[in-house]
Amino acid sequence: MSDIVLEGRDLTRHYEVRRGAFRPAATVKALNGVSFKLNAGKTLAVVGESGCGKSTLARLVTMIESPTSGELEIDGETVTKSSKELRRKIQIVFQNPYGSLNPRQKIGDILEEPLKINTSENAKARRAKAHEMLSRVGLRSEHYERYPHMFSGGQRQRIAIARALMLNPKILVLDEPVSALDVSIQAQVLNILADLQKEFGLAYLFISHDLSVVRHIADEILVMYLGKPVEFGQAETVFADPQHPYTAALLSATPMADPEREKKRIPLTGELPSPLDPPPGCPFNPRCWRAEEKCRIEMPKLEPVAGQEAACFFPLSVAKSEAA
Amino acid sequence: MPILDIQNLSVTFETSSGPFKAVDGITLSVDSGEILSIVGESGSGKSVSMLALMGLLPWTATITADRMQFAGQNLATMSARQRRKIIGKDISMIFQEPMSSLNPCFTVGFQIGETLRQHLGMDRKARRARTIELLDLVGIPAPEDRLSTFPHQLSGGMSQRVMIAMALACKPKLLIADEPTTALDVTIQAQILDLLVRLQKETDMGLILITHDMGVVAETAERVQVQYAGQKVEEQHVKALFRDPHHPYTAALLAALPERARGRDRLPSIPGVVPGPSDRPPACLFEPRCTFATDLCRQTVKRQDEALGQALCNYPLVAGRPQNHPSQSHATDETRKELT
Repeated sequence: MSDIVLEGRDLTRHYEVRRGAFRPAATVKALNGVSFKLNAGKTLAVVGESGCGKSTLARLVTMIESPTSGELEIDGETVTKSSKELRRKIQIVFQNPYGSLNPRQKIGDILEEPLKINTSENAKARRAKAHEMLSRVGLRSEHYERYPHMFSGGQRQRIAIARALMLNPKILVLDEPVSALDVSIQAQVLNILADLQKEFGLAYLFISHDLSVVRHIADEILVMYLGKPVEFGQAETVFADPQHPYTAALLSATPMADPEREKKRIPLTGELPSPLDPPPGCPFNPRCWRAEEKCRIEMPKLEPVAGQEAACFFPLSVAKSEAA
Repeated sequence: MPILDIQNLSVTFETSSGPFKAVDGITLSVDSGEILSIVGESGSGKSVSMLALMGLLPWTATITADRMQFAGQNLATMSARQRRKIIGKDISMIFQEPMSSLNPCFTVGFQIGETLRQHLGMDRKARRARTIELLDLVGIPAPEDRLSTFPHQLSGGMSQRVMIAMALACKPKLLIADEPTTALDVTIQAQILDLLVRLQKETDMGLILITHDMGVVAETAERVQVQYAGQKVEEQHVKALFRDPHHPYTAALLAALPERARGRDRLPSIPGVVPGPSDRPPACLFEPRCTFATDLCRQTVKRQDEALGQALCNYPLVAGRPQNHPSQSHATDETRKELT
């Protein structure tokens, strides 16, 4: 467990939102105190619904944006504004392969661009590397000369993965990499990701809202709600025995492809509160069926419960009377 | 008698590179009070066939059908004016993107009221009362206040509720829901699906649920129709389909689901992609990607009977084994493992 390649300590990111000329600007706490560690060769899945801050986390980790406060450490080095070298160690694959590839560039140019910018390798070496990477992700050599529009969604996502791997990064941030793909294609891409992880010892920060995909690929899971981590633990234990009520509700709401399974859905009423005006106390309290007075006043901290960590005063493994 | 009965529906689009058959001989029937789910990946013609039924396709589309009957009336031979009286009243539809299917220029109350005025000729007071009733029915809090809100003021889940309210306004006999929850979060998806099923049971209408999500199918549908590249490849009751899929495509699709994989093994994926207009196989459309394909599959393909889920396959699967396959003895454990 010593090989920590990525560590976030209390990361926050706030955005100012203007609300017209006569009202004061508001602050959106898109990310509010997230800490995590990612080991080499492992997959950490970040799970949550829209607005929970998972994409903001991806942008911070890839240094597209800098955090409002908190520290980020990549491969043992703390990230500062001038950490240009560190950028090579962390790469990202975006959700929509139809939007993330430049339609005017040939596949070869797309793959070589990171090398051109970051290394001093000559054209021949770059070309050789691009060809090698194409075969690694299951594409053919002749695809080098083609344009993105000639490829299907699954193939494009492989190109995006190949591009991310051109600089031999240690960490790959996967921002919903398969949610735009059909099921049969999704399986192909997930297999490639698993193969590449084994081959290069990559660490994945896997961002997704699809719990069935996460269950398949993740080692550890971080569940987020409204910018805050609510539960963290080993994937198996979180799926088998969720501690935070939100995790349990999320798991029960995910449709399972088994019509004979008994449905035990935890109905959640209401919707995600506006991040402009989060409720006081635990952000989940307006929708939580276990919420009590305490939850409306105080924000619970992420604390160890039954082998994982949960930010809840009344975790599910603890009978309510005991906890109170 | 089924409320909707479609026989051999085909839709062809005129494109610059020649005609493209998006829907190829679909047969479909729905009873009232039943939930039929149409499943398929993108390009399987599931939306196009329903848009054809609704008359919502552009002029480049040519629609042919042996029979297109709704509640005893023939939709295919009916004039546009007559059809207009049924569409939106007795048959209504919910679309995938709730945010973009509402008109941003008009209030929610106006948009729901429009349907009521057109089809039922209600006066303003009656429309208002019915709209409030509808918004209440779909679980929107404080419906009176919501009448004057504009779509941009609503969240995705709320917009979809408004769309459902609009679709239910005239008490339809058949509701077509085209990927109603794809754009929504899981907890909201669960709410909307529960709502749809509850309303469907209460009003005893037929519901066609178009989706690509096998999980949604398993939890909501009663009967399932699987489509591939514009053709119906299989039809079964939901439990039977998940227990024993008869078409190799259905079997492969189910096997590719991460949640059905054991542990963290490799997922059995389907090689290749859905055929496009230029590389359409001669007989069976799934043949280039199928593990069991033989020469026969390149010449002809046979529709099996009801007992085998009407599978469009020469070698329908039973318990994961292809029937009458020439290499029956070679259907080794390895290929079986891939499919179960």
